[in-house]
Amino acid sequence: MVSLLDKKKTAAQIVANARSEEKMSAYELIDGIFSEFMELHGDRLSDDDAAIVGGIAKFNDTPVTVIATNKGKSAEERLRTHFGCPEPSGYRKSLRLIKQAEKFGRPVITLVNTAGAYPGKSAEENGQGEAIARNLLEISSVKIPVISMIYGEGGSGGALALACGDRVWMFENSMYSVLSPEGFAAILWKDSSRADEAADVMQLTPEKLLEQHIIDGIVPESRSHKRVFKAVKKILQKELIDLEKLTSFELIEKRQQRFRQF
Amino acid sequence: MQLFNELKTLGHKHIKADKKAGEKVPSGMWIACPKCHQSFYHKDLGVYQVCPNCEYGFRITARERLKWLVDSFSEMDDSLKTTDPLKFPNYQKKLSKARVQTGLNDSVLTGMAKIEDQRLALGIMDPAFIMGSMGTITGEKITRLFERATRQKVPVVLFTSSGGARMQEGIFSLMQMAKISQAVKRHSEAGLLYITVLTDPTTGGVTASFAMQGDIILSEPRVLVGFAGKRVIEQTTHQKVPSDLQDAERVLEHGFIDAIVARKDIKKKLAWLLELHSKGSDANG
Repeated sequence: MVSLLDKKKTAAQIVANARSEEKMSAYELIDGIFSEFMELHGDRLSDDDAAIVGGIAKFNDTPVTVIATNKGKSAEERLRTHFGCPEPSGYRKSLRLIKQAEKFGRPVITLVNTAGAYPGKSAEENGQGEAIARNLLEISSVKIPVISMIYGEGGSGGALALACGDRVWMFENSMYSVLSPEGFAAILWKDSSRADEAADVMQLTPEKLLEQHIIDGIVPESRSHKRVFKAVKKILQKELIDLEKLTSFELIEKRQQRFRQF
Repeated sequence: MQLFNELKTLGHKHIKADKKAGEKVPSGMWIACPKCHQSFYHKDLGVYQVCPNCEYGFRITARERLKWLVDSFSEMDDSLKTTDPLKFPNYQKKLSKARVQTGLNDSVLTGMAKIEDQRLALGIMDPAFIMGSMGTITGEKITRLFERATRQKVPVVLFTSSGGARMQEGIFSLMQMAKISQAVKRHSEAGLLYITVLTDPTTGGVTASFAMQGDIILSEPRVLVGFAGKRVIEQTTHQKVPSDLQDAERVLEHGFIDAIVARKDIKKKLAWLLELHSKGSDANG
């Protein structure tokens, strides 16, 4: 599915593209794929995290729940979202919306672009680990389809917490890894400047991850946003038709098998 | 340029600190407690390897812990070996060394155990096995432990101790978090008890998955419990982090730990909890 005209990109180039300033924002992507989006705020416990945008919308006239990590466009928004790194309240909001979707029987689509969960003092105090752990636990058995698209960075547990459903797709210019290449190089070689080398070793490109069955497919990208939206819509439609054929028992069974193989 | 140099200096300091942390397992005659900094004659730490002053439990291997924890134990899955999915340079050498050091095939010891006549599925992570990091075999062993416990209708007790996901196995380490979580969920849906005991250190992907999924979450005193590393927090937020931010005692105050239990009391406490939850269930295996 990767556009064949492009010459082969190195892992480091993919990392740079995944982080590019020109990446679509969460809101642009939501508006391009869905219609009538209504944002729903808050985790019902303490907070509303700007780094995770969630709500209800229509996809080809079918109600769906949409959850997206948001890096923001303006400097002010980027500070507010910690450049797209969610706080625990962000993960709690997403779980609330997923449970709501389960109650009303609508599928969930998550759009992921995050370097990882926010590493901060308040995030620690508010239980970042617990928030992610609970998402992993609960999403493993929700009775509705959960489809994820990694559209930029997919970093560590912070990305996995929103990409642990039935299908995971990645944009052509996106990455998914256990840690940032800089962090990886710092831990293993005590030298974060060897990030490019790390990117290569880590097998974080969509192509490599598809080979390993970590993901289910790659969304071709082009300069035309319209064309990207069209590609995403086509994929989502097919996946939703496939998943909705399953009983909820089969759905959960297959989801668990998907991760059991690793 | 200046900033870069400063960061580098900070990094070096932390690497030194990490090395020091690695030497916490006592070997000499006089041991300094890494938490309260008092020094003791090594025999004063006793069989539990605990600081006589502040009750901090020194890092011990899984097999050392097993000695005083259980009344019987039959080990599972002790010969599984990683496929080394990234073919990471020097990883095999590191694994061999860790295996010799710990007597384990990977960073967790699992098996069926008895504590005072209570049957349970037991897992103990080993901080000496590549920092207790979670690789594919760690994940597989823990998943199989939950699966067996679910089949046999027995509770699970897990002692966590981990630096987080194992870098050398890349994304496959990350997938273990999801794999284990769904095994925990199935065990939980069967109405069975899961207790986690956090030991020093419990961090990263382990905190963000099965360590925080217990019905009851216990911790030894003064354990480091957190998600992000202190160094990462300081570099990201450009703020100094209070030294006790990730102490189990603070984490309890914030509502994420049920109780702190001294190492010498853990066996009794577990026996009591297991017994209390065995009533009315058909958990007789």
